[in-house]
Amino acid sequence: MSLPTEIKIEKPSKERTGTPLLEINNLKQYYPIKKGIFSKTVGHVKAVDGLSLQIYPGETLGLVGESGCGKSTTGRAIVQLEKPSEGEIIFDGKNISNFTNREMRSIRTELQIIFQDPYSSLNPRKRIGDLLSEPLLFHKLATPSEAKKKVEDMLEIVGLPKSYRNRYPHEFSGGQRQRIGIARALILNPKLIVCDEPVSALDVSIQAQVLNLLKDLQNEFNLTYLFIGHGLGAVKYISDRIAVMYLGNIVEIAKTEEMFKNPKHPYTLALLNAYPVPNPHLRGRQRIVLEGDVPSPANPPKGCKFHTRCPIAQSKCREEVPVLTGVHHSVACHFPIN
Amino acid sequence: MAAPELEFENNTPVSITQPLSNSQEGLGKEESYLKVVANRFFKHKLAVIGLVIITLFVLMAIFAPVIAPQDPLEVGYEFEAKPSSEHLLGTDQVGRDVLSRLIYASRISLSVGLGAVSIYVVIGTILGAIAGYMGKWADMLIMRITDVFMSFPFLMVILVLVSVMGPSLFNIILVLGILGWPPIARLVRGSVLSLKEMDYVKAGVALGYTAPKILLHHILPNALAPILVNATFGIASAIIMEASLSFLGMGVQPPTASWGNMLTEAQSLTVLAEQPWLWIPPGLMIILAVISINFMGDGLRDAVDPKSFK
Amino acid sequence: MFQYIIRRLLIAIPVLLGVTIFNFFIINLAPGNPVDMFVNPNMSAADILAKKEALGLNDPLWEQYGRWMGSMLQGDFGYSFATYEPVLDNIAARIGPTLLLMGTALIIAYLIAIPVGILSATKQYSFIDYLTTTFSFFGISIPNFFLGLGAIYVFGIVFPIFPTGGMTTLGSSGGFVDTFMHLVLPAMVLGTAIAGSMVRYVRSSMLEVLGQDYLRTARAKGLREFFVNNKHALRNALIPIVTIIGLEIPLLIGGAVVTEQIFQWPGLGQLTIQSIGSRDYPMLMALNFIAAFTVLFSNLLTDLMYSVVDPRIKYN
Repeated sequence: MSLPTEIKIEKPSKERTGTPLLEINNLKQYYPIKKGIFSKTVGHVKAVDGLSLQIYPGETLGLVGESGCGKSTTGRAIVQLEKPSEGEIIFDGKNISNFTNREMRSIRTELQIIFQDPYSSLNPRKRIGDLLSEPLLFHKLATPSEAKKKVEDMLEIVGLPKSYRNRYPHEFSGGQRQRIGIARALILNPKLIVCDEPVSALDVSIQAQVLNLLKDLQNEFNLTYLFIGHGLGAVKYISDRIAVMYLGNIVEIAKTEEMFKNPKHPYTLALLNAYPVPNPHLRGRQRIVLEGDVPSPANPPKGCKFHTRCPIAQSKCREEVPVLTGVHHSVACHFPIN
Repeated sequence: MAAPELEFENNTPVSITQPLSNSQEGLGKEESYLKVVANRFFKHKLAVIGLVIITLFVLMAIFAPVIAPQDPLEVGYEFEAKPSSEHLLGTDQVGRDVLSRLIYASRISLSVGLGAVSIYVVIGTILGAIAGYMGKWADMLIMRITDVFMSFPFLMVILVLVSVMGPSLFNIILVLGILGWPPIARLVRGSVLSLKEMDYVKAGVALGYTAPKILLHHILPNALAPILVNATFGIASAIIMEASLSFLGMGVQPPTASWGNMLTEAQSLTVLAEQPWLWIPPGLMIILAVISINFMGDGLRDAVDPKSFK
Repeated sequence: MFQYIIRRLLIAIPVLLGVTIFNFFIINLAPGNPVDMFVNPNMSAADILAKKEALGLNDPLWEQYGRWMGSMLQGDFGYSFATYEPVLDNIAARIGPTLLLMGTALIIAYLIAIPVGILSATKQYSFIDYLTTTFSFFGISIPNFFLGLGAIYVFGIVFPIFPTGGMTTLGSSGGFVDTFMHLVLPAMVLGTAIAGSMVRYVRSSMLEVLGQDYLRTARAKGLREFFVNNKHALRNALIPIVTIIGLEIPLLIGGAVVTEQIFQWPGLGQLTIQSIGSRDYPMLMALNFIAAFTVLFSNLLTDLMYSVVDPRIKYN
């Protein structure tokens, strides 16, 4: 496969069909705040606060939101880097949220993650070849010679010369490192990959290359992505559906085009406003500029968590928590736009 | 006795999370970590001198039977003889050749240094890694035990333990090894705590590696530099400690020669005043060995510390 | 801040308990026992047994420990096996000389280390810097006892200026001058041994401060170098310098054992060596306990001093 160069604009629209590959029900991730002589727990940072979503086979679900909204925590909970405080994570029909480490190990090959920082995500003391063959050898999926062959193939797939397997991570640029990170996630042949802001740390010119690589790999290996990002551009480019997060909850979820044409949550609209639109005909829509800071997740506002910054908030918003409703385009807002 | 100061210095500057090379673009030559460290080490003149001297000491210890002019235990010579062509450094109170004893004693010092430090580096690394990686009650327990061990003034508790177990070379190595681990444990724990937050360790978890595999292959290799620096200074401290114990009569027992017990006799004013060949050479040997190792440690610290690179 | 002190004290309790347990058991697992010291050919087996019984040595270890802890909490450290006097009396008689020696040594160490360290830091990479660095490495690398022997040789034998043993001249009633003369050599030896490591410390903390932006500002506004170094830099560098006293305590205790032995200084260090020789368990336990307690306490004090001297540090 050659290195993807031209940027594809249209993406064949995939319908979500059948049973979800991943289903999250009421996920909560709380971190205790300790104080005093006996380290008594005086409260919790509610990083993720009752989040539910489904990801269907073959699709890319984009997850966006400001920093600190819990999107990375969600990603890490899915691959079980942290045990969730509460809630179910059902992957491929199995509830993995209460799996033991041993049970989890057997499922790790199907569930991988790509990290944001290409500099800290590769062990500086290991050659690329060893980094990539290690998972195969550890899970006894290949003999050393098979693994070597597979590593060379994988390097070519992600667009790197196979001779690079003898090099150390510090000899590579950020984009090249991220390709290695992708290769590592891919080498076990997983079904779902959590992409935790995989391009945010890269130069803009490199971002497109890596995004295209991810897209091509998805088609070739029938992968499912959860794509976490805070830049709408990348998320729009790669996602079939987008979920918008605010303070630990999803506030809106819809197909990418629908979301951009017809945002219903004021927060989504604010995010879209912050994203420059190349088409002047679309510029006429209502503008929302966010003011103030994100409230602390240790002490989120009552009612709708967004009401403190929402320009159209009413008294109801301060009291009642809105529920995510709607079939194809869900929104958690008492007074959705349009 | 220098141990606490050196610990302090070791804990400060060695950064482990920073990559050695800051080349953002992957155009650098193929340069392994070891080569970079070695290059920096050899720029440190005193460290290189230290390395040379220590190499000579090691050779002296290994080939002692070949180099030593006489048997170190043979008592057949004149008592307390002045240095002469036959006995370059004279003879001691029972007529043994001082130079030969001096040469053989290097075996004692080096084996105490290497033996004790190897034992406590292993213990400290294991405990520190467990505490840092597992956290929670294991961390709590191990760190409290570490506090207990660190509360004892080192020399005092060693004196008591050695006197309890009986003074011998083996026991000194054992006691120093058993008691020396807390600084290493703290160091390793700190490294593990910061390294386990690195994404490449998280990636290891996501790839399904077991905890021992992650610790051995992904965390500890990256925590090696500060351990190595600490261990180097530790060898110097252990040599001083053995000499002090032997000097106090709680260490290596005569007739086996140790630089420390060779000095015990010098406590009498007559020896001090009239037989300098009996006490100055062993003292100088201790200083030379210890300072060489300390210089090596200093060079090593600079070499593995990315911040000190100019 | 108050909470921090309380928490540190609470943590210190199990540590101190661990110290006593560890201490008690190593000493009691010793193969020899103090009765061996009194055994003479005239004693019958029954006599020996009775002696053991009287000293409580036949009880289970944990019972002996409980008894020791119980009475220790009431300030009773038991009786010395060697002198039959209360342990605390023996220690009380010896603690003064040790504190005198350590205090003087500490002052000497500071008097050497602070100016030398500052000079070395302000003239970084100069000849003087290299010289002091090399010398401080020698200071770290010379064993205490060899330094002691050298001092006795030079100042006691070649130039017999100072007495080389004891605290007072035998037969004399002592007096300030006599004690001072006896103090000079051991205090110098102990002090210089510590100064070696202290110089390195002062130098590095001074260097850290010298690199700060506010010093560049001080220079930029035209302050003379002398003022910059001694007024602005020194004050901030003093924070860690003052607090190293906590780190030096274990070093001082270890050094005192050796130094007191060489100079026949009648302090706790010499008592330790004597007690080891006579297997005086109650004495050793008390000495070790006091030493460990001192170390723990000085560590706590160091941390607290940090927070008092350095307003940037907050403990929550």
